[in-house]
Amino acid sequence: MLLGFRPSLRLLSPRLQLLQSRSVQSEHPATSAAVDSVLSALRSICGEDGVSFGAAVREQHGRDESIHRCCPPDVVVFPRCVEEVSALAKVCHQHNLPIIPFGTGTGLEGGVSAVKGGVCFSLRNMDQVLDLHPEDFDVTVEPGVTRKALNSHLRDTGLWFPVDPGADASLCGMAATSASGTNAVRYGTMRENVLNLEAVLADGTILHTAGRGRRPRKTAAGYNLTNLLVGSEGTLGIITKATLRLYGIPEAMVSAVCSFPSVQAAVDSTVQILQAGVPIARIEFLDDVMMDACNRFSSLSYAVSPTLFLEFHGSERSLEEQVLTAEDITQSNGGSDFQWARDAGSRERLWKARHDAWYAALALRPGCKAYATDVCVPLSRLPQIIVETKQDLMENRLTGPIAGHVGDGNFHCIMVVEPSDPEELHRVHLFTERLARRALALDGTCTGEHGVGLGKRALLCEEVGPEAVKVMQRLKDSLDPKNLMNPGKVLQ
Amino acid sequence: MSGRVLVGVKRVIDYAVKIRVKPDNSCVVTDGVKHSMNPFCEIAVEEAVKMKEKKLIKEVVVVSCGPQQAMETIRTALAMGADRGIHVEVTGKDYENLGPLQVSKIMAALAKKEDVLFVILGKQAIDDDCNQTGQMTAALLDWPQGTFASELSMEGDKIKVVREIDGGLETVKINTPAVITADLRLNTPRYATLPNIMKAKKKKIANVKPADLGVDITSRLEVLRVDEPPQREAGVKVETVDDLVARLKEAGRI
Repeated sequence: MLLGFRPSLRLLSPRLQLLQSRSVQSEHPATSAAVDSVLSALRSICGEDGVSFGAAVREQHGRDESIHRCCPPDVVVFPRCVEEVSALAKVCHQHNLPIIPFGTGTGLEGGVSAVKGGVCFSLRNMDQVLDLHPEDFDVTVEPGVTRKALNSHLRDTGLWFPVDPGADASLCGMAATSASGTNAVRYGTMRENVLNLEAVLADGTILHTAGRGRRPRKTAAGYNLTNLLVGSEGTLGIITKATLRLYGIPEAMVSAVCSFPSVQAAVDSTVQILQAGVPIARIEFLDDVMMDACNRFSSLSYAVSPTLFLEFHGSERSLEEQVLTAEDITQSNGGSDFQWARDAGSRERLWKARHDAWYAALALRPGCKAYATDVCVPLSRLPQIIVETKQDLMENRLTGPIAGHVGDGNFHCIMVVEPSDPEELHRVHLFTERLARRALALDGTCTGEHGVGLGKRALLCEEVGPEAVKVMQRLKDSLDPKNLMNPGKVLQ
Repeated sequence: MSGRVLVGVKRVIDYAVKIRVKPDNSCVVTDGVKHSMNPFCEIAVEEAVKMKEKKLIKEVVVVSCGPQQAMETIRTALAMGADRGIHVEVTGKDYENLGPLQVSKIMAALAKKEDVLFVILGKQAIDDDCNQTGQMTAALLDWPQGTFASELSMEGDKIKVVREIDGGLETVKINTPAVITADLRLNTPRYATLPNIMKAKKKKIANVKPADLGVDITSRLEVLRVDEPPQREAGVKVETVDDLVARLKEAGRI
């Protein structure tokens, strides 16, 4: 809504719009007969209501929650089942139209931008939770099911799906971007928690990556196609079902907060807590700038210094032990003001700063937008990279409070930037490149959880190296020789 | 007084399900559809369990009326922390015709039998939206009622209830024994954890029939017809204000 791209168009006739689009990839210029036949083919598959040309609908499906500008597709389709997805893909394949899968549009890297136009496949009508097996701890979901909707559906079973990125994202979308959350340190990311996928390839082939309906907890059978698709960001296929690993809701939870005199002390505590075998569920880091922002935003009075927010899961007895061990460790590293809470209300209050971090950062400069960097390094390199990054921020007069999943070595600088100031945008862009390269130099990755999308394609090459990129390109070429699946993302 | 609290819970179609009406317009489709505890009943259970954890009451007894499947709903309440359950068995046509009047007669009978400090129910069920059972139960027992509770506290042998009403909040103090109904902001119910679900399997659920309680469950109401709300029709775009006025006149709106 804030993006200020071109104002709404007068409604052109659908035929004219498709003609005027830069999208149709065929050798010959589109004729109105060809366009009409595509439209009628799409409509015959998902009905009149299932195909939309409205400018508002297309714009809505051409942007996500990143700062990349909106690139609307030429048409949005709303399939209701995998057979329709497959038939629609065949039509697109025949007419060389790009295919862009769309879940909830909550991505952070421009993954749904239709840079070459094409057909957006909005999967929101496929919203069933299928095949729940509580005793086997697995469930299969369609792309329209979000993580909060799944957990609500599961609430009577005592099970939950713990991967919790900030947004209430589509689970299949989370599989496509290899999403992660605040409790990855204990429960893992999507890579560890997807057992099987059903996906439609560019030519309409329906693929079951681990075999139809299969859900063993582990397997050694053949190439790992499931994890090939996890993180492929819609460039290899459209995910239409995901079989997920579930966990028991822990009997009890305790939250704690502790401040430290330095980033090093906070990270040392994290490493030692993990080494002590504490099965910590969440360990989040906020730097002094962020703590100050939170104090101002929520009228709190935390110490303005590096702070750890911890959460422990387990039985009542194991929690006592976990908390005591963690407290000892933090104290021995110079930590102070260790507070902990058991009941839901007090835990909420303790963690309020962490929950409000994004908004507190935005409130530092009202009217600005925010972009989160996403590097991830080995734990031992975290103090160095955070210190160097903070120095960089100061030298370049940039606002970038830091919040991070320190248990994974992953942190986000929330870059608060004036979107109408090209000079500042440029400075931020250069900063994020320097930060990514700093992480790569420390054996890390330019993206811990948000994905490559539009903006990190060059960094991906630097990160994995030319040989790996060539293999990725060969896989892409073999699964999608016409480059119709979400073109312009991940690979250049 | 016993320090015992009776919580009524109802098994309803899950709030996230898209409701469909049967082709014969007799009722909604329930076969194969996900059911769960009515959200306001979850809030009632949570409040009772919280009060037990604070040692303000001694025992939480949960009751539900319906067929075998009502036991699942009772088990969920037991997993949330209730102590024991009562399943009032009502099946078939009797269950289809079961409404607030009959349920309140059952609740009243049980409240007396169990000698409770108070009865707590959800303010209404999300399937029929009746908002009657709590009030009828109080009337049958001639007990005070604190409905639409957004805050509850014990003050000696009285209960202070903050009620959500149209104009804002109203605070009343009522004698015990009493009937309370829970509104949305009373609390946030806990999810049943897996270990607690396993432990709850050992808690007791007694089985009774309405006749055992001396209650006649014949219904005085007959459902004639159930219809879906009218389908939303597409809007029409007009180019000018004059056009708009003309169209509104045509449609007899102005």
